[in-house]
Amino acid sequence: MSNRYRKNLLVCNGSSCQQASDADLVAFINFKLKEYNLEDGIKVVQSVCSNKCSIGPNIIVYPDNVEYSKVTKSDIDDIIIEHLLNERIVERLVFDKENGNGVAPIKQYRIALRNCGFIDPEEIKDYIEKDGYDALAKCLSKYTPEEVTQEVIKSGLRGRGGGGFPTGLKWEITSKSVSDQKYVVCNADEGDPGAFMDRSVLEGDPHSVLEAMAICGYCIGANKGIIYVRAEYPLAVKRLKIAINQAKEYGLLGKNIFGTGFEFTITIKYGAGAFICGEETALIHSMEGFLGEPTLKPPFPSVSGYLKKPTNVNNVETFANIPAIINKGADWYASIGTEKSKGTKVFALAGKINNVGLIEVPMGITLREIIYDIGGGIVNGKKFKAVQTGGPSGGCLTEKHLDLPIDFDSLTAAGSMMGSGGMIVMDEDDCMVSMARFYLEFIVEESCGKCAPCRIGNKRLHEMLTKLCDGKGTMEDLDLLRNLSVVVKDTSLCGLGQTSPNPILSTMANFYDEYYAHVAEHRCPSGQCKSFMLYYISEENCIGCLVCARKCPVGAISGEKKKLHIINQELCTKCGVCMEKCKFHAVHLN
Amino acid sequence: MMTICESNVAKIEAICKEYNCDKGELINVLHQTQNTFGYLPEDVQEIIAENLQTSLAQVYGVVSFYSFFTMIPKGKHPVNICKGTACYVRGAEKIIDEFKTLLDINIGETTADEKFSLSSLRCIGACGLAPVVLIGDKVYGRVTLDSVKEILDEYQ
Repeated sequence: MSNRYRKNLLVCNGSSCQQASDADLVAFINFKLKEYNLEDGIKVVQSVCSNKCSIGPNIIVYPDNVEYSKVTKSDIDDIIIEHLLNERIVERLVFDKENGNGVAPIKQYRIALRNCGFIDPEEIKDYIEKDGYDALAKCLSKYTPEEVTQEVIKSGLRGRGGGGFPTGLKWEITSKSVSDQKYVVCNADEGDPGAFMDRSVLEGDPHSVLEAMAICGYCIGANKGIIYVRAEYPLAVKRLKIAINQAKEYGLLGKNIFGTGFEFTITIKYGAGAFICGEETALIHSMEGFLGEPTLKPPFPSVSGYLKKPTNVNNVETFANIPAIINKGADWYASIGTEKSKGTKVFALAGKINNVGLIEVPMGITLREIIYDIGGGIVNGKKFKAVQTGGPSGGCLTEKHLDLPIDFDSLTAAGSMMGSGGMIVMDEDDCMVSMARFYLEFIVEESCGKCAPCRIGNKRLHEMLTKLCDGKGTMEDLDLLRNLSVVVKDTSLCGLGQTSPNPILSTMANFYDEYYAHVAEHRCPSGQCKSFMLYYISEENCIGCLVCARKCPVGAISGEKKKLHIINQELCTKCGVCMEKCKFHAVHLN
Repeated sequence: MMTICESNVAKIEAICKEYNCDKGELINVLHQTQNTFGYLPEDVQEIIAENLQTSLAQVYGVVSFYSFFTMIPKGKHPVNICKGTACYVRGAEKIIDEFKTLLDINIGETTADEKFSLSSLRCIGACGLAPVVLIGDKVYGRVTLDSVKEILDEYQ
């Protein structure tokens, strides 16, 4: 951390903390520091998510390493007077590491997120003080491109975007393609709903990505790098631009880097909201200004990619691991994780779990450790039902998988996938049939429409699932659903279509009883599917206050004052307003 | 449909020039044009096509393919409801229905007084606050059915 200031205040700038705060904390703290004439000695840094969203806003005072949680505007005076002026810790706000305030930062191991939250991402000096650009210097001055590539191969690093292809091998293949021009592309089109690890790296530690791209350029013989980033991430874009300009000023990008004659420049291209553009061939077409439609591989981008030149595409998190691997050595990296999946993985933990946020854990950790030890268990003490990994292309893991060591291969074997690292936790109240329908709806919207199995097949699958949720499904539909899922999986052109039926297949494999109940027993076991529900008003609790009758948007409730009200089932749209509004718990669900 | 005055035509041409009228920069050109005008009506697309020496079909294809681009002007207060998985699990569908009822428009539409427009988006990374609603740049977290009306009232 920067020594130019006496102390640094790291204010979490994650969306959750920002919104949990009662004001613009950063602006307010700066304002207060001026009042106390401290603005020269104390620096306020906007940092990123540290997986303590539920107790935000969080502020860390550095170098003391004291963490304050649930900080409001009224606490700032205390922090300044007590801590900054008098070096006394404000105990009442301290993040309790023993009890964790419901958060346990244990079992985490930060490699990709090593600097996130600990440096000012808009200040290159901070990154350099954390050994930033050392790895690039080492590669350029001491090693040949082949040696660096071998080091990456030896580390066992696999692509973190979802595919899990060995990174070093990809570099080696691209380096062997002969061409006058090659490109390094960073895939920052993080489209998986519920996942935000790439955004955190870009917002929290953009230089690590730039450094890794330059190293990759050195290995494969490319002098141009392009970052393809979502337009929905304005802060990430802003910080990348600042980082690129600073790196140029310092001579770490541009011509003759470190006086070695190596040249590397980086530019930014924007996505425009298409999930499919995370697929590398679609991404390349989008970069060229076309529709983001995938094309058949081969030819692989490593042979013919951007503008038909050999192109190496890696994901943000993959790149963020590279400088650490070069600095600490491949053997160190390979010592972490499981036999075939080395290192750590960043997951975005969300859904019905107590501690929502980003975590970085060694490969091979069990689901139980993630959900109960790090995640703090299920909200409201409900029963754990399933966790969806890999986003819309992945599948669900259930109670029987809780002790499964998580890595690329074990997840695939369990019918799910690593994906980019989204983890959505579901409890006993979630209906797995409607969950599958939710994902299929996403896929139908995001399918590019190029190949028939994905364009038409997924639409039919979505219709069948809707039929089931509406209570109109038959046993034949269940067979058809499974058969068509397999066909779409086998015949689609790209990764999106080939994985899109996964949510159906895995929920059918693990929760067939729920599908069966929707069809044969005409009920939704978790009570989520509206069409199976019947609202009624119980005689004993209804006092005849007319509130539900007034609030009903379709006028389906009749009754007089102080007399029992009745719901007309034919008019009822099952919106549930009556149940929410009734203060006497007289409205029930059947 | 907006009629384009000459100064606006000049603005679009300037944007195209900034990117050397390179076809490959179409998406960047569209981003900047939408930032300037708020949306991308047909005549704007036509001018872009001319300047980048590509077909209108190509431009329209790209505009309609990517969800970030819009051909309908947004309301003064664009309402964006997150439909990411975390928000879905925590009841985003019901929140969407409530907005639809109160504003009397569907997703993708703008109210007659051009005050509100309604759209859904996928994950803004505030999963800890699910379900999340964005109005303009302001984020509302842990939205409940009751708070929807209160939120809208802030903008009346």
